[in-house]
Formats: sequence, structure tokens, C-alpha cells
Amino acid sequence: MPEKKSLRTEYGKTLVELGKKHDDLIVLDADLAKSTKTELFKKEFPERFFDMGISEADMIATASGFSSVGLKPFCSSFAMFLTGRVYDQIRNSVAYPHWNVKMVSTHAGISVGEDGASHQCNEDIALMRVLPGMTLLCPSDAFMTAHLTKKLYEYESYAYMRLPRNDLDVLYSENDSFEIGKSVVHKIGRDITIIACGAMVSIAKSTLLRFQSLGIDAGLIDMYSIKPLDAESLAQALNKSKALIIAEEHSVIGGLGSAVAQFSSERRPLPIAFIGIEDVFGESGFPDSLFLKYNLTEEAILKKGKMLYDKF
Amino acid sequence: MKKDFLIQRSNECRKEILKMVYNASSGHIGGAFSAIDIMVYLYFEKMNFSKNNFTDINRDRFILSKGHASAALYSCLAFKEIISFEELSGFRKIDRMLQGHPSRKTTPGVETSTGSLGQGLSFANGCALGLKIKNINSKTYCMVGDGEINEGQFWEALMTSARYRLENLRVILDYNHLQIDGKIEEIKNPSPSRERFESFGFYVIEINGHNFDEIEKAFTEADLIKRMPVFIIAHTTKGKGVSFMENNVDFHGTPPKKDEFERAMKELENA
Ligand SMILES: Cc1ncc(C[n+]2csc(CCOP(=O)(O)OP(=O)(O)O)c2C)c(N)n1
Ligand SMILES: [Mg+2]
Repeated sequence: MPEKKSLRTEYGKTLVELGKKHDDLIVLDADLAKSTKTELFKKEFPERFFDMGISEADMIATASGFSSVGLKPFCSSFAMFLTGRVYDQIRNSVAYPHWNVKMVSTHAGISVGEDGASHQCNEDIALMRVLPGMTLLCPSDAFMTAHLTKKLYEYESYAYMRLPRNDLDVLYSENDSFEIGKSVVHKIGRDITIIACGAMVSIAKSTLLRFQSLGIDAGLIDMYSIKPLDAESLAQALNKSKALIIAEEHSVIGGLGSAVAQFSSERRPLPIAFIGIEDVFGESGFPDSLFLKYNLTEEAILKKGKMLYDKF
Repeated sequence: MKKDFLIQRSNECRKEILKMVYNASSGHIGGAFSAIDIMVYLYFEKMNFSKNNFTDINRDRFILSKGHASAALYSCLAFKEIISFEELSGFRKIDRMLQGHPSRKTTPGVETSTGSLGQGLSFANGCALGLKIKNINSKTYCMVGDGEINEGQFWEALMTSARYRLENLRVILDYNHLQIDGKIEEIKNPSPSRERFESFGFYVIEINGHNFDEIEKAFTEADLIKRMPVFIIAHTTKGKGVSFMENNVDFHGTPPKKDEFERAMKELENA
């Protein structure tokens, strides 16, 4: 079994690391600091940490005010409350006036588990992606999270990054580097390339050998930068593969799949299959059982892959 | 205080607002007229904010949370020589800088974009708190509408102002008793009383928002308050300055017709 690591803990640790170097880093939370791990920053820098209480709208627009005086605020809460609840504040108090506010959510997607559908946000990518100028990241492992957190600090505009509650397989190492607008090309498949983000990357990775044993040459791109997409690696996949599978822990509507389909449709239309939450709410359960029930599995990817392959 | 000058400046601003809205055939006169006297006092008497320093970190800041009163803000920025009077004719028009609601990215001197009501005080808190962290001794002023405070976020933000004891913040309530669908008392009735804001941890001052002596007294008193944010309840009249617009909910967001424009202009010229 590969080692697993917590992305949100890595996020919290990286905030501390950044805080040591940069006086202008400010962290805000909305009574979930223990879960989002911003409490690590709070312990180290109480004077630069603001617990805004259970008032996410107030948190977002206050962060804009911080940005207006030259500070660099990071806001955190669960994906549900950091996007859906405050869509208007992000649109009108952050994006439209163009303030440098970073929003980093945890507990994104159905892997929230036992808390149930009220807390399982499978729509945040769709909500954030549509905002003009929004940058949107969905890392797949802890090292990538640390690296992208640093990139976000340096990045001079607003951005959203989503992290899961659960630990994920370690896929990369400390020495790997990740840029906004890039991706990790594990392999371009001659038959099929899977384009995945977040928790689905390691699941997709495990299908590659299984595809091979079926005589299907499959590849994988870790498309952690959902907006902007990595046009270069996508173009490679579009030119060399015969079909794509998109895999994301998010609704099949409006997420990475929609973004890639739109891109492909203009550049080079290919058959595309989508793995994600089908237009439904989740429910309570263990994360693994939920992934099984809602078809976020190797089997689901293999099944869609065979269907595509049969039509070649 | 140059009271006569301020009275005259308010009158000039009201004329510019009237022209802007008439010319655009859209915009909000009522709430601009109720707010303009306090805004004129702040921009032309009180605030450290000029064409030479309006991007400096240590300027004072005015945040118009009730963004639909944008014409009032633009008239002040024009007299401040931060935007040109020529621009006022482009209010709400395509390819021009004066958006229907204040837009930070298009208009110099606008602190942040507003228009979606209820968000400005949170922004102002962020400014005030950020300035405190940076040891910068300037003030943040934020004006909200009495209908706007139906929004929950406003009350969230009040708690934030008090929690962080933002003595460098002044919230001004434009208490004109009207919102779009009618009297505030008949809609959600936010009862913006002294006691209510005191209980939220503010030092409260009540004034007639059209009387420069009272305005000056309030903002001077506010400067003496320590470790507490200040809330100024400004009793105002929606449409103030033009008899047939006063307390008339029809002039919230409906532009005047030609004869109404002429009658209003005449009243303002004779004021
Ligand atoms: C969130 C939001 N909801 C609705 C509106 C539409 N709207 C514009 S002005 C207004 C009434 C505002 O009343 P008030 O705050 O009393 O303003 P004033 O009387 O000072 O003009 C409404 C409902 C809006 N701009 N923002
Ligand atoms: Mg009103």
C-alpha cells in the first residue's frame, strides 16, 4: 500500500512556513480552524490569524479589505461554505474589484463521508470556474498541496484551491515542482488518456496497468490546474489519444470534465467519457463506500474505457 | 468648517447627480440626495483624501456600501478633480468609466466595487483592521442604507467591528426610512435604534444628516472615542433638496421625466 498523507495538514504547515518569511500573510477562518488546519498558523501567529466566526460572507469581504491595504489574506472553510454560501461575496467583493484574496477549502467532494450531503460539496469547481479571472486548483497529493500553497502566496490575484478531508496517496516528492496552469503528464495513452484531479488521480493511476492487460494503451494527466487548464498537455492528449476519460470527485456538470470537453470540442473533438457525481446529492457513509456507490472507482474507469475502446 | 462652502458644494453635487441620472435615463437620485451632505462633509472637509494622495496607503477611505448612490460618489470625485466633469456625462454608458454601481477597476478614487448590498462594512472592517496591523493612523468611513441593513452580513460585520475594537472606523447609517418596496418599518423593520447599535458594542451618535453643524460635531466627537467603533445614525430625507422627490419612494430608482428634471433643476438653482 502506498503511503498516505493529509493535504490539509500540509496546507496548514505551509502557511506557517510562509508566515515565518512574510509579515503580510494573514489567515482567516470561520470557526473551522481545527479542521482546515489553519489552527497551525493560529498557534504560531495569533496576531495575524482572524477567526471570523460562523460568518463566511463577512470573512470573504473582510479579506478583500485586508487586500486593499496591501496584506495577503488566505481564507479557509469547508468547500460547501467557502463557495456556495458566499458566491456573491466572492464574485462582487473579490473577483469584480480584483482583490488578491486566496480561498482554500477543505472537505471538498463526497469523501466528506459521514456528515452527509449537506456538507458534501460536489459543485464548488463549477461555481468557481465560471467566475471571470478565477484561478482554480485541485491538488492530488500532500507535496503538491504544499508547493501550490506557496505558488498561491506569490500569485498576485484571487484564486481558489480545493482540498479533501481524507488523506491521499503520496504521488510526488518534495523536489517536484508545480506551476499554476500546468499539469503532470504521467503518460499520454495511444488509445485513451485519463485526465483526473484530486482524489481521482491515484485511482486513475491504478487503472493504467489493468488497461494494459486488456490490450488498451492508457495514459494519465494530473490536471491539478483546472483553470487555467494546461493547454499544452491537453493538446498532446488530443493529438495522440483516440479518446479521453475525465475523472473528478465533483459533479459531472460544470467541473474538470466540462472544461476539458469545451477545450476538446474547439481544438480536436474526441470521444470523452465522464467519471464524477451524476446530477445527485450524496449521503452519509464511509468515504470508501461512497466512492464505490457513486462510481468513483477503478472499475468505473475501466468500464468506461472498454466502452470507448469497443467503438474505435 | 467652511459651512457656506459645504452647503454650496452639496447643492452643486445635487445638480450634477440630477443631470447624470436624467442624462442616463437611469440611476438612483433619492438615496444619493439623502447621502450627499455627509459625503460632501467627508470629502471636502474631513478626510485626508485628494487628487494627490488617493492611492497612498495613509489616505482616509470612504466606502459607499449602498453602491446604488454611485452618482453621489462620482459628483464628489469630480469636484475632487480625480475624475473629469466630462466623465459625468458618460454615467451608465457603454465604453465609459462610470459604471451604474461603483467599480474599483474602472474608476479612480473608488475604494472597492459595491452594489450587491450588505458587503461594504465587511470590506471596511478589513481596511480598518489591516491599517491597525500596519500601524497606519488613517480612518475608514462606511455608509450603509437603512434598507441595506436587512442583509445578515451587515450584522455579522458589526460584530467584527466591535470584536476588534475598530476605533479607526465610522459607520454611517443613511436613515431615510425608505427602501425600494416601501417604508423600512413596513418591510423587515430593522429598527435601527441607538440602543441596538450600542448593544452591538458601538459608540453611537445621532444626528440630522443634512445639518453641517451636527455632522461636524459628530465626526469631531468620533475622533475622541477610544477602543470602540463609532456608529453615526444620520436621520435623513430620501430625495432631500427637491420638494417633490422628498420622501417619495418613486424617486428611488426611476429617472425624472423632462418636466420633472426642469422643475428639480429650478428648485436646486433657487436653493
Ligand atoms: C443584495 C442586493 N439585493 C437587492 C438589491 C437591489 N436594491 C438596490 S437599492 C435597494 C434598496 C436599498 O434601500 P436603502 O438601503 O434604504 O437605500 P437608500 O434608501 O439609501 O437608497 C435594493 C433592494 C441590491 N442592490 N443588492
Ligand atoms: Mg433607505
